[in-house]
Amino acid sequence: MATNNSNKSKIIYTALAWGISGMIFFPILWTLLTSFKTEAEAISANPSLFMFDWTLENYSDVLARSPYFNHFWNSVVISIGSSLLGLIIAIPAAWSMAFVQTKRTKHLLMWMLSTKMLPPVGVLIPIYLMFRDFSLLDTKLGLVIVMTLVNLPIMVWMLYTYFREIPHEILEASRMDGCSIGEEIFHVLLPLALPGIASTLLLNVILAWNEAFWTLILTAANAAPLTAFIASYSSPEGLFYAKLSAASVMAIVPILILGWFSQKQLVRGLSFGAVK
Amino acid sequence: MATMQSRNLARMMLFPSVVLLLAWMIVPLCMTLYFSFLDYNLLTPGNEEFIGFLNYEFFLTDPAFFASFFNTLLLVGGVLLITICGGIGLAILLDQAIWGRNYVRIMVLAPFFVMPTVSALVWKNMLMNPVNGLFAHFAIWIGVEPVDFFAQIPLLSIIIIVSWQWLPFAALILLTSIQSLDREQLEAADLDGAGPFSKFIYIVMPHLSRAITAVILIETIFLLSIFAEILVTTSGGPGYASTNLTYLIYTQSLLQFDVGGGSAGGIVAVIIANIVAIFLMRLIGKNLED
Repeated sequence: MATNNSNKSKIIYTALAWGISGMIFFPILWTLLTSFKTEAEAISANPSLFMFDWTLENYSDVLARSPYFNHFWNSVVISIGSSLLGLIIAIPAAWSMAFVQTKRTKHLLMWMLSTKMLPPVGVLIPIYLMFRDFSLLDTKLGLVIVMTLVNLPIMVWMLYTYFREIPHEILEASRMDGCSIGEEIFHVLLPLALPGIASTLLLNVILAWNEAFWTLILTAANAAPLTAFIASYSSPEGLFYAKLSAASVMAIVPILILGWFSQKQLVRGLSFGAVK
Repeated sequence: MATMQSRNLARMMLFPSVVLLLAWMIVPLCMTLYFSFLDYNLLTPGNEEFIGFLNYEFFLTDPAFFASFFNTLLLVGGVLLITICGGIGLAILLDQAIWGRNYVRIMVLAPFFVMPTVSALVWKNMLMNPVNGLFAHFAIWIGVEPVDFFAQIPLLSIIIIVSWQWLPFAALILLTSIQSLDREQLEAADLDGAGPFSKFIYIVMPHLSRAITAVILIETIFLLSIFAEILVTTSGGPGYASTNLTYLIYTQSLLQFDVGGGSAGGIVAVIIANIVAIFLMRLIGKNLED
């Protein structure tokens, strides 16, 4: 009887979970399906889920008529470039806070977090004018700089929570054995910290890839990453559902796959180590 | 000696991050503050003039300010409410013994990785469009008048889209937290005859409070400056019905080139964010530090 009952509840919960998650996933599935339809089928009043003439036309159209790869490359350079640059700056800071704790460490961490609370519009005009004066508008370099600074507090926090878990004793032991600071970092600390550094990198690539304030404001045709490229589809004359879908699928698939691999790191990183 | 040395080294290693963040925050913020006291329009360069608090007077008495201030609160509050309540529900559901939990998790998580411009455009055109959208087809099929989402309920439509993006995040964090719940506590409560409701209130919710704090913090940071979703769907309209503070300041400074007015707005936005931040920091100071 008992197993029968728990089986019954398992069936109900499974049906409920699949139903709700299916609804949540539906817009993405619908976009994927629409990207294989013709424009006529895409706006049909009797939309069909799978029974339509599958075509790759939209993909070839988007690739042929717009500099898609150019935008894709911009996204890659901006997200990976800013994450790597951020790591170089954030690792020493996080290391120092995790291993040489002072009274001010906590305040410093809180202050860094508070810079994240600064609304971007508070610095919008000066940044825009400085970018104009230094000819950084619509350049990849400019966006790499901005994205590095925008994500720096999160990187320091994430790395700090990872570094704090490395036992002090190991470092003390290596120091006793006569390791120099450089050896300590490269032979002891880095191998231990590598998983944390990799997760930080992954999460920041995702955040930078999807960032849509500075990328929309500071770029035009040249340095526009995929966020800005897709935004150009919002004009009424560009309103072709199937092509919009194809372009969208190509913009989100790389990061979707990367994201699915990073579920665990995401929880830990974005909750500042509060939830593991 | 060794500690002195490592102290100095530690300071040196902190230096780049601190200086860069200071520069990123303080320098532009001071410039914004300075501009906010000028009559400064990019269309008439060279005519800058000190006008005291006039920009603030104009900005704070502008009906657009009140509209966008309340829209910002509604947007942040509405999305927080939906994602946290929905997230708790989803977390409890996904914590049950179900078949294919990993696939369910992957589906639930997916919207979080979709860039804002894509999700806004997909919802706007393919789902919410009053003529060709799927919701309109469905409304006609069941025989009711289709809703013109962005004309009739613009702010609510944006709240729906943004909630869809953030629900996965809340659900994932809360699920992870629920999975670390001590099962023996629940069994003990069972033995004492506690019903599902009191187990939820007295055991699950207190356990989740830390995770909920983290979700509120992160979401608030991102939700206060929602921009792309508004830009590609309603452009803030109709009127100011879906303009938030971020979008209002953007139109004032980069579309109307009113640097002075936009700067005053920027400073007001910073002050509001600070009030929210102080409140949140208290919450976190209590909850996140062990």
